[in-house]
Amino acid sequence: MNSDLIVFLVLSLVAIATALGMLFSSNAVYSALFLVLNFVTVAIFYLLLGAPFIAMSQITVYAGAIMVLFLFVIMLLGAESLAPSNNLPWQKPLARLLSVMLAVEAIYLLFSRAQIVGNVIAPDASVNSMDSLREMAISLFGQYLLPFEVTSILLLVAMVGAIVLTRSERGGR
Amino acid sequence: MVPVDYYIALSAILFTIGALGVLSRRNPLIIFMSIELMLNAANLAFVAFASIYQTFSGQIFVFFVIAVAAAEVAVGLALIVEIFKTRRNINIDEMNSLKG
Repeated sequence: MNSDLIVFLVLSLVAIATALGMLFSSNAVYSALFLVLNFVTVAIFYLLLGAPFIAMSQITVYAGAIMVLFLFVIMLLGAESLAPSNNLPWQKPLARLLSVMLAVEAIYLLFSRAQIVGNVIAPDASVNSMDSLREMAISLFGQYLLPFEVTSILLLVAMVGAIVLTRSERGGR
Repeated sequence: MVPVDYYIALSAILFTIGALGVLSRRNPLIIFMSIELMLNAANLAFVAFASIYQTFSGQIFVFFVIAVAAAEVAVGLALIVEIFKTRRNINIDEMNSLKG
Protein backbone atom coordinates (compact mmCIF):
# COMPACT_ATOMS: atom_id res chain seq x y z
CA MET A 1 0.00 0.00 0.00
CA ASN A 2 1.63 3.19 -1.10
CA SER A 3 1.24 6.65 0.34
CA ASP A 4 -0.90 7.95 -2.53
CA LEU A 5 -3.49 5.31 -1.88
CA ILE A 6 -3.55 6.08 1.85
CA VAL A 7 -4.07 9.79 1.14
CA PHE A 8 -6.81 8.94 -1.34
CA LEU A 9 -8.63 6.64 1.07
CA VAL A 10 -8.52 9.10 3.97
CA LEU A 11 -9.70 11.96 1.78
CA SER A 12 -12.48 9.93 0.24
CA LEU A 13 -13.68 8.91 3.70
CA VAL A 14 -13.79 12.62 4.60
CA ALA A 15 -15.64 13.42 1.36
CA ILE A 16 -18.27 10.72 1.87
CA ALA A 17 -18.70 11.55 5.57
CA THR A 18 -19.21 15.26 4.86
CA ALA A 19 -21.64 14.49 2.03
CA LEU A 20 -23.65 12.29 4.37
CA GLY A 21 -23.48 14.97 7.04
CA MET A 22 -24.84 17.48 4.52
CA LEU A 23 -27.66 15.10 3.72
CA PHE A 24 -28.71 14.11 7.22
CA SER A 25 -28.13 17.17 9.40
CA SER A 26 -31.40 18.78 10.39
CA ASN A 27 -30.09 22.35 10.37
CA ALA A 28 -29.55 23.82 6.91
CA VAL A 29 -26.64 25.98 8.13
CA TYR A 30 -24.77 22.86 9.25
CA SER A 31 -25.57 21.30 5.87
CA ALA A 32 -24.00 24.26 4.08
CA LEU A 33 -20.87 24.09 6.26
CA PHE A 34 -20.54 20.33 5.66
CA LEU A 35 -20.82 21.02 1.95
CA VAL A 36 -18.03 23.62 2.15
CA LEU A 37 -15.80 20.96 3.71
CA ASN A 38 -16.80 18.53 0.98
CA PHE A 39 -15.88 21.05 -1.73
CA VAL A 40 -12.48 21.67 -0.15
CA THR A 41 -11.86 17.92 -0.08
CA VAL A 42 -12.77 17.65 -3.75
CA ALA A 43 -10.38 20.55 -4.44
CA ILE A 44 -7.59 18.54 -2.82
CA PHE A 45 -8.53 15.64 -5.09
CA TYR A 46 -8.09 17.99 -8.06
CA LEU A 47 -4.62 18.87 -6.81
CA LEU A 48 -3.80 15.16 -6.53
CA LEU A 49 -5.03 14.70 -10.10
CA GLY A 50 -2.74 17.43 -11.39
CA ALA A 51 -5.35 20.16 -11.98
CA PRO A 52 -4.22 23.08 -9.79
CA PHE A 53 -6.22 25.73 -11.66
CA ILE A 54 -9.46 23.80 -11.29
CA ALA A 55 -8.69 23.24 -7.61
CA MET A 56 -8.30 26.96 -6.99
CA SER A 57 -11.45 27.76 -9.02
CA GLN A 58 -13.28 25.18 -6.96
CA ILE A 59 -12.25 26.84 -3.70
CA THR A 60 -12.93 30.41 -4.79
CA VAL A 61 -16.14 29.85 -6.75
CA TYR A 62 -17.77 26.94 -4.95
CA ALA A 63 -16.49 27.02 -1.39
CA GLY A 64 -16.26 30.80 -1.45
CA ALA A 65 -18.90 32.51 -3.55
CA ILE A 66 -21.65 29.93 -4.00
CA MET A 67 -21.73 28.67 -0.43
CA VAL A 68 -21.68 32.20 1.00
CA LEU A 69 -24.70 32.93 -1.20
CA PHE A 70 -26.38 29.81 0.18
CA LEU A 71 -25.67 30.84 3.77
CA PHE A 72 -27.03 34.33 3.09
CA VAL A 73 -30.28 32.95 1.68
CA ILE A 74 -30.69 30.38 4.46
CA MET A 75 -30.34 33.07 7.10
CA LEU A 76 -32.44 35.59 5.15
CA LEU A 77 -35.37 33.19 4.86
CA GLY A 78 -34.94 31.68 8.32
CA ALA A 79 -35.05 28.28 6.67
CA GLU A 80 -32.64 26.54 9.05
CA SER A 81 -35.15 23.81 9.73
CA LEU A 82 -38.59 23.30 8.29
CA ALA A 83 -41.46 21.68 10.10
CA PRO A 84 -41.83 18.08 8.96
CA SER A 85 -44.89 17.48 6.84
CA ASN A 86 -46.83 14.28 6.36
CA ASN A 87 -47.50 14.56 2.67
CA LEU A 88 -46.21 11.63 0.65
CA PRO A 89 -45.03 9.44 3.55
CA TRP A 90 -43.97 6.65 1.20
CA GLN A 91 -41.53 8.85 -0.65
CA LYS A 92 -38.57 8.66 1.73
CA PRO A 93 -38.24 4.85 1.89
CA LEU A 94 -38.73 4.70 -1.86
CA ALA A 95 -36.03 7.33 -2.38
CA ARG A 96 -33.60 5.36 -0.19
CA LEU A 97 -34.33 2.15 -2.06
CA LEU A 98 -33.87 3.81 -5.44
CA SER A 99 -30.60 5.46 -4.51
CA VAL A 100 -29.18 2.24 -3.07
CA MET A 101 -30.10 0.58 -6.37
CA LEU A 102 -28.39 3.42 -8.26
CA ALA A 103 -25.20 3.08 -6.23
CA VAL A 104 -25.08 -0.72 -6.55
CA GLU A 105 -25.68 -0.50 -10.28
CA ALA A 106 -23.00 2.12 -10.81
CA ILE A 107 -20.38 0.25 -8.79
CA TYR A 108 -21.31 -3.07 -10.40
CA LEU A 109 -21.04 -1.68 -13.92
CA LEU A 110 -17.79 0.03 -13.05
CA PHE A 111 -16.05 -3.03 -11.68
CA SER A 112 -17.53 -5.71 -13.93
CA ARG A 113 -17.64 -4.13 -17.38
CA ALA A 114 -14.98 -1.46 -17.55
CA GLN A 115 -11.44 -2.30 -18.42
CA ILE A 116 -8.73 -0.83 -16.30
CA VAL A 117 -7.71 2.29 -18.19
CA GLY A 118 -4.80 3.30 -16.05
CA ASN A 119 -3.46 4.62 -12.81
CA VAL A 120 -3.39 8.15 -11.55
CA ILE A 121 0.22 8.99 -10.96
CA ALA A 122 0.78 11.60 -8.29
CA PRO A 123 1.81 14.84 -10.00
CA ASP A 124 5.42 15.84 -9.62
CA ALA A 125 6.58 19.41 -9.18
CA SER A 126 6.36 20.18 -12.88
CA VAL A 127 2.58 19.65 -13.03
CA ASN A 128 1.69 22.05 -10.24
CA SER A 129 3.65 24.85 -11.81
CA MET A 130 3.27 27.73 -14.21
CA ASP A 131 3.99 25.56 -17.25
CA SER A 132 0.84 23.50 -16.99
CA LEU A 133 -1.13 26.67 -16.27
CA ARG A 134 0.24 28.26 -19.44
CA GLU A 135 -0.68 25.18 -21.48
CA MET A 136 -4.20 25.29 -20.12
CA ALA A 137 -4.56 29.02 -20.77
CA ILE A 138 -3.42 28.57 -24.39
CA SER A 139 -6.02 25.83 -24.79
CA LEU A 140 -8.76 27.87 -23.09
CA PHE A 141 -8.19 31.04 -25.09
CA GLY A 142 -7.41 29.28 -28.35
CA GLN A 143 -9.45 26.19 -29.07
CA TYR A 144 -12.17 26.99 -26.53
CA LEU A 145 -12.46 30.75 -27.05
CA LEU A 146 -16.05 30.72 -28.30
CA PRO A 147 -17.44 28.68 -25.36
CA PHE A 148 -15.53 31.01 -23.03
CA GLU A 149 -17.22 34.08 -24.51
CA VAL A 150 -20.62 32.37 -24.45
CA THR A 151 -20.02 31.69 -20.74
CA SER A 152 -19.61 35.40 -20.14
CA ILE A 153 -22.98 36.06 -21.80
CA LEU A 154 -24.51 33.29 -19.70
CA LEU A 155 -23.21 34.89 -16.51
CA LEU A 156 -24.56 38.28 -17.61
CA VAL A 157 -28.00 36.79 -18.32
CA ALA A 158 -28.00 35.04 -14.94
CA MET A 159 -27.08 38.27 -13.18
CA VAL A 160 -29.83 40.23 -14.94
CA GLY A 161 -32.29 37.41 -14.25
CA ALA A 162 -31.50 37.33 -10.54
CA ILE A 163 -31.89 41.10 -10.27
CA VAL A 164 -35.18 41.12 -12.19
CA LEU A 165 -36.58 38.25 -10.12
CA THR A 166 -35.82 39.72 -6.73
CA ARG A 167 -36.43 43.44 -7.19
CA SER A 168 -39.39 44.90 -5.37
CA GLU A 169 -42.36 45.99 -7.45
CA ARG A 170 -43.10 49.10 -5.40
CA GLY A 171 -40.57 51.28 -7.20
CA GLY A 172 -42.65 51.21 -10.36
CA ARG A 173 -41.51 49.81 -13.66
CA MET B 1 -0.46 5.55 -7.66
CA VAL B 2 -4.20 5.12 -7.42
CA PRO B 3 -6.29 3.25 -10.01
CA VAL B 4 -8.61 5.66 -11.79
CA ASP B 5 -11.49 3.29 -10.99
CA TYR B 6 -11.31 4.38 -7.37
CA TYR B 7 -11.87 7.99 -8.36
CA ILE B 8 -14.82 7.01 -10.55
CA ALA B 9 -16.27 4.90 -7.73
CA LEU B 10 -15.96 7.84 -5.33
CA SER B 11 -17.64 10.03 -7.93
CA ALA B 12 -20.49 7.52 -8.24
CA ILE B 13 -20.95 7.39 -4.47
CA LEU B 14 -21.04 11.19 -4.15
CA PHE B 15 -23.48 11.39 -7.06
CA THR B 16 -25.75 8.85 -5.37
CA ILE B 17 -25.71 10.77 -2.10
CA GLY B 18 -26.70 13.89 -4.05
CA ALA B 19 -29.51 12.03 -5.81
CA LEU B 20 -30.75 10.74 -2.46
CA GLY B 21 -30.78 14.30 -1.17
CA VAL B 22 -32.82 15.54 -4.12
CA LEU B 23 -35.32 12.71 -3.73
CA SER B 24 -35.78 12.64 0.01
CA ARG B 25 -35.28 16.12 1.49
CA ARG B 26 -38.07 18.71 1.70
CA ASN B 27 -36.04 21.89 2.12
CA PRO B 28 -35.44 23.41 -1.33
CA LEU B 29 -32.09 24.84 -0.20
CA ILE B 30 -30.87 21.35 0.74
CA ILE B 31 -32.13 20.09 -2.61
CA PHE B 32 -30.04 22.79 -4.28
CA MET B 33 -26.98 21.79 -2.29
CA SER B 34 -27.53 18.18 -3.33
CA ILE B 35 -27.58 19.28 -6.97
CA GLU B 36 -24.25 21.05 -6.39
CA LEU B 37 -22.91 17.83 -4.89
CA MET B 38 -23.96 15.89 -8.00
CA LEU B 39 -22.27 18.47 -10.25
CA ASN B 40 -19.13 18.09 -8.18
CA ALA B 41 -19.20 14.32 -8.52
CA ALA B 42 -19.41 14.66 -12.30
CA ASN B 43 -16.55 17.18 -12.25
CA LEU B 44 -14.41 14.76 -10.27
CA ALA B 45 -14.93 12.09 -12.92
CA PHE B 46 -14.05 14.60 -15.66
CA VAL B 47 -10.79 15.60 -13.98
CA ALA B 48 -9.88 11.98 -13.26
CA PHE B 49 -10.24 11.03 -16.91
CA ALA B 50 -8.46 14.22 -18.02
CA SER B 51 -5.57 13.23 -15.80
CA ILE B 52 -5.47 9.70 -17.24
CA TYR B 53 -5.52 10.79 -20.86
CA GLN B 54 -3.16 13.72 -20.26
CA THR B 55 -5.42 16.30 -21.91
CA PHE B 56 -6.69 19.69 -20.82
CA SER B 57 -10.12 19.36 -22.44
CA GLY B 58 -11.61 17.68 -19.38
CA GLN B 59 -10.31 20.39 -17.07
CA ILE B 60 -11.65 23.13 -19.34
CA PHE B 61 -15.03 21.45 -19.40
CA VAL B 62 -15.00 21.40 -15.60
CA PHE B 63 -14.23 25.14 -15.68
CA PHE B 64 -17.34 25.72 -17.79
CA VAL B 65 -19.41 23.50 -15.51
CA ILE B 66 -18.32 25.61 -12.52
CA ALA B 67 -19.37 28.80 -14.35
CA VAL B 68 -22.76 27.32 -15.27
CA ALA B 69 -23.26 26.16 -11.68
CA ALA B 70 -22.62 29.68 -10.42
CA ALA B 71 -25.22 31.08 -12.84
CA GLU B 72 -27.70 28.35 -11.89
CA VAL B 73 -27.30 29.02 -8.17
CA ALA B 74 -27.83 32.77 -8.63
CA VAL B 75 -31.08 32.30 -10.56
CA GLY B 76 -32.30 29.41 -8.40
CA LEU B 77 -31.78 31.22 -5.13
CA ALA B 78 -33.51 34.29 -6.56
CA LEU B 79 -36.49 32.07 -7.42
CA ILE B 80 -36.56 30.61 -3.91
CA VAL B 81 -36.45 34.09 -2.36
CA GLU B 82 -39.29 35.18 -4.64
CA ILE B 83 -41.38 32.12 -3.72
CA PHE B 84 -40.77 32.87 -0.06
CA LYS B 85 -41.86 36.50 -0.51
CA THR B 86 -45.08 35.37 -2.20
CA ARG B 87 -46.09 32.42 -0.04
CA ARG B 88 -44.18 32.91 3.26
CA ASN B 89 -43.23 29.24 3.16
CA ILE B 90 -40.71 27.29 1.14
CA ASN B 91 -41.65 23.73 1.98
CA ILE B 92 -41.52 21.75 -1.25
CA ASP B 93 -44.67 19.82 -0.33
CA GLU B 94 -46.73 23.01 -0.20
CA MET B 95 -45.73 24.05 -3.71
CA ASN B 96 -48.27 22.04 -5.61
CA SER B 97 -49.94 24.67 -7.74
CA LEU B 98 -48.63 26.75 -10.60
CA LYS B 99 -50.72 29.72 -9.52
CA GLY B 100 -48.82 32.21 -7.36
